[in-house]
Amino acid sequence: MTPVVAEASFAVIPALVLVPLVGAVVVALLPRAMAMLAKPLAVMFSSTAAAITVWILVEFDKADPGMQFVSSQSWIDALGISWSAGIDGISLFLVVLTGVLFPLAMVAVDPGHDHKAYYAWLLVLQGGCLGVFVALDLFMFFVFFEIVLVPMYFLIGKWGHGAREYAATKFFLYTMLGSALMLVGIIALVALHARATGGDITFDLVELAETQAVATNTARWIFVSFAVAFAVKVPIFPLHTWLPDAHTEAPTAGSVILAGVMLKLGTYGFLRLGLYLFPEAAVWAAPVMITLGVIGIIYGAIVATMQKDLKRLVAYSSVAHLGFIVLGTFALNTEGIEGGVAQMINHGISTGALFLLVGWMYERLHTRQIAEMGGLQQSAPIFAGVFTVVMLSSIGLPGLNGFVGEFLTLLGAFNAHRWWAVVAATGVILAALYLLWAYQRAFHGRPRGDHAEMTELGMVESLVIIPFLVAIVFLGVYPKPMLERIEPAVDSLVAHIETHVPDFAEPVANQGGGGGFDDIEVEEHEGEAE
Amino acid sequence: MEELVWLIPALPLLGFALLVVGGRRLGEPHAGLLATAMMAGSFAASVAVFIGLLGRDAENRFYELTLFEWIPAGDFSVDVGFLADPLSVTMTLFITGVGTLIHLFAVGYMHGDPKFSKFFVYLNLFAFSMLMLVLGDNLLITFLGWEGVGACSYLLISFWFDEEANATAGKKAFVTNRVGDWGFMVAIFLAFFTFGSINYGDMFSGANGMAASTATAITVLLLVGAAGKSAQFPLYLWLPDAMAGPTPVSAFIHAATMVTSGVYLLTRMNPIIAEASSWAPNLIAWVGLFTALFAASIAVAQNDIKKVLAYSTVSQLGFMFVAVGSGVYVAAIFHMITHAFFKALLFLGAGSVIHGMHHEQDMRRYGGLAKVMPITAATMVLGWLAIAGVPPFSGFWSKDEILLGAYQDNPTMWALLLVAAILTAFYMSRAIFLTFFGARRWDAEIDGEAPDHPVQPHESPITMWLPLVALAGLGVVGGVLNLPFTGSTKRLEHWLEPSLFGNEQLITETTATKWVLAIVAIVAGAVGIVVAFVVYVKKRVDASTIEQPILAEGWGYDLAVSDFMGGPGRKGFEGVTWFDRRIIDGAVNGAAGLVRSGGSLLGRLQTGYVRSSAAGIGLGAVALLVYFLSRTTL
Repeated sequence: MTPVVAEASFAVIPALVLVPLVGAVVVALLPRAMAMLAKPLAVMFSSTAAAITVWILVEFDKADPGMQFVSSQSWIDALGISWSAGIDGISLFLVVLTGVLFPLAMVAVDPGHDHKAYYAWLLVLQGGCLGVFVALDLFMFFVFFEIVLVPMYFLIGKWGHGAREYAATKFFLYTMLGSALMLVGIIALVALHARATGGDITFDLVELAETQAVATNTARWIFVSFAVAFAVKVPIFPLHTWLPDAHTEAPTAGSVILAGVMLKLGTYGFLRLGLYLFPEAAVWAAPVMITLGVIGIIYGAIVATMQKDLKRLVAYSSVAHLGFIVLGTFALNTEGIEGGVAQMINHGISTGALFLLVGWMYERLHTRQIAEMGGLQQSAPIFAGVFTVVMLSSIGLPGLNGFVGEFLTLLGAFNAHRWWAVVAATGVILAALYLLWAYQRAFHGRPRGDHAEMTELGMVESLVIIPFLVAIVFLGVYPKPMLERIEPAVDSLVAHIETHVPDFAEPVANQGGGGGFDDIEVEEHEGEAE
Repeated sequence: MEELVWLIPALPLLGFALLVVGGRRLGEPHAGLLATAMMAGSFAASVAVFIGLLGRDAENRFYELTLFEWIPAGDFSVDVGFLADPLSVTMTLFITGVGTLIHLFAVGYMHGDPKFSKFFVYLNLFAFSMLMLVLGDNLLITFLGWEGVGACSYLLISFWFDEEANATAGKKAFVTNRVGDWGFMVAIFLAFFTFGSINYGDMFSGANGMAASTATAITVLLLVGAAGKSAQFPLYLWLPDAMAGPTPVSAFIHAATMVTSGVYLLTRMNPIIAEASSWAPNLIAWVGLFTALFAASIAVAQNDIKKVLAYSTVSQLGFMFVAVGSGVYVAAIFHMITHAFFKALLFLGAGSVIHGMHHEQDMRRYGGLAKVMPITAATMVLGWLAIAGVPPFSGFWSKDEILLGAYQDNPTMWALLLVAAILTAFYMSRAIFLTFFGARRWDAEIDGEAPDHPVQPHESPITMWLPLVALAGLGVVGGVLNLPFTGSTKRLEHWLEPSLFGNEQLITETTATKWVLAIVAIVAGAVGIVVAFVVYVKKRVDASTIEQPILAEGWGYDLAVSDFMGGPGRKGFEGVTWFDRRIIDGAVNGAAGLVRSGGSLLGRLQTGYVRSSAAGIGLGAVALLVYFLSRTTL
């Protein structure tokens, strides 16, 4: 096999995906006697992947709207399946987030037992997630999309808490059901495309998207099959109930990865496949999707408010936060989609950090029940301070990262569907309500009961959380480097939709502009005396 | 010297950063002094920018400084940029000026607190946010500051978090403010949709001839935001509770600065309000008027000295809203400044009393304190005369202008506002009489309870009384900023003129009318004072006939809201949660159960393993696919 296109100086994307997978094999094959090497080895492999993603970030050409670092390799020629991968502005930061979040999650918490298998599964998960984000071939996308279920199933089922087997099975079957529909959609699309064009069968994403060969009505049906799969993954109301169980029962690292990375497989799927492959159907479905997004924002927040388990509360907050992404995506304009992508990253950072903190609290207190906590700020003021910053970021305080995506999705949605945005914006009130109330009950008040004392952040924990805090502040104060890399790809996606949907024009604001203060006519009025 | 404008917020931010890193090591009092020095530096920078602007022609007094692009996305772009103009510089001058004094006071007040340095961390962060709010050259930077002050307010109200009530008050403040922030946010969306920019300059140059309906909508949405931050009805609820914070916080944030941001925002956006239908500014005025009356009536029956001042602040902010709604923006800003002087003074004075009384806040246990706390008493008396509207103290001049503007707009409004002015004079006189004069009731039993320990009141240290004296001086002479006699004494009006773009309603009443109104205002103030004197000093009337329980409970509004939230509101939330668990998740589990029981009928297929279920799903998918492909045509 010979490489078809190789823009990068070395095959950076295959390396990126393979490093964690090789690492998984190495860790899994470790002799029992050397099991204590599992963690350092896993962290090493995972960090290598992280380093590669950082290299990609540095080398990324921010002016180029197309795919970069493209690697293409024929795979199963007879079926038109190839290894085709690339990174553009939409996937760039998701790749970096996946690269960096995994080693941090590995360092942050100890699974307690079966270290070898635990770290091996985490490495498989990292490789799988990276694979989804770089895939440019539908088959390859699907394979990675499915692969990630397996390690997460075992992570929850084996290293989780409480009703972990129930949660793992529910997670697996639920997502599997969605994926099955997507598989139907993929094969239908590929077959119909080949029939329409009279050419060979191809799974190539770009080719499928650019030719738009499938009839409108059929495309809508296929879009629905994709949409269900992604809606489960996001999750979108009413397909969300696997999430609180999975998040709550998963081990801390599992929750961090679930919230930080895996939920974005769904929202990313909507962008990369949904909007790109089926622009007409996306425009057609937008009102429904926006409605569901808004419901998610309000509903997730309301249910979060009433949770008694802190981890479950954070899980439900994800439903609300992901609603903003859906809202922005289906606003179908640059502001909305760009905000959606930014929100994916920012939610990964903030909620990832929240799950870490909650996990550490559980390690210390052996409870997640809010009612059993109280006055924790007394004994652990630094921990409380860190929690406050992360919480404010999650609430969407301007100046911290959470605000940027939330604001842009709402702004974009306002230009497209004004009243929905007005309703969705009430989510900011509810976000303050559930998080502050939980914080008050856990950290304020007088220390009481068995959980009066909590130890401060340790050395390792501090080192893990600092990158999160830096990202929270940096991306809040200066999001431009992120946004300007996302934008060209989003612009070209919107242009793609405009090209292929005759009656569609990007919903934008009036272009009033203005000349600043020089242009203002100050009406003179006479002073009474002078 | 305008280019120094960035220093104004940068210095408190630097103070914040330094204190976060080394505040604990600096300890008491150096951490506090560092924070105070940063505020003083910020004040000096404000003065420099002020002088710089003065050196320009009136119409050129706009200096914009862009630091960097903040959020660019598609057509949307917003910078971290500052606008130094007469309005914003007026704000920074009094924020940093009063702020410095309050910081200094806090060094004394927070003496011995284990979290001494943390207090100044928050205080400097607050000052930074507040300065961003007023200096931002676009709506989003203002919003950044707006939310920032809200967060700092939350942190400072719940500063002594081990008391459940303090923590609740902090949360209540944040959440209620967020209701207002919703309005502000939607206003930003609408402004961007309309103008394609949310930069003040761009918006204002595009405002001329914009659709009245849009301008009205933006105005009303901004009013929602302003009512949240500036504690107007129906969102004022958080402010009285916010008194749970340390008293310097009450003085700085909940009297002098943060709560005025709503008035600032509406004043800043005057070109938009000018394009709105007339009912929108009228609504602003009536909201303010109702709040002024409502809060003043509640203040009459409060026993906690800080609660009196809190309701008084709500009421005085109502006066400012009336001014904005009547189009007399200068009067609003004028009253905002004088109010910052005398209300900060009254709060700090109250803090001094509370400090001297070992944290007793109930005025029924005060009395006769003038003898033991002479400086505090003297300065507070000056503040009292200012707020009561006694000439020539500052409050008289600014309140008189608001009354005049209200009269010109609508005489009914003027009459009602006059009632609020009488009430103001009454409740403040009551507080002063109860605190400093009359018999010493220091160990009085209230509801059968004596104080925890005997108190020996004492005058406060110099770091505390020095700011009092300074503020008292300002409260006395503050009126000179804008004396109504001749055109040249209306300094503030001339200074602010460029920022108001000719939207200031000019007073066209005759000089005779003005004199009559001024005299009526003086008489009103005197009536309030005399009645209070009769009731609380001469005791000719039993105080309980005035201090009705319904007033003490704030007309039951707060209770009604919290009952609703704790009752039907909570029930609703619980209902949704029940729906989620039973119906949505129940459907999922029910479907799974059906599959399982169906499986047990076909016993051989039931293995209970995920892989068999997965295989089932896979088979089903294939079947679906076959069906799908056979049905679809191109």
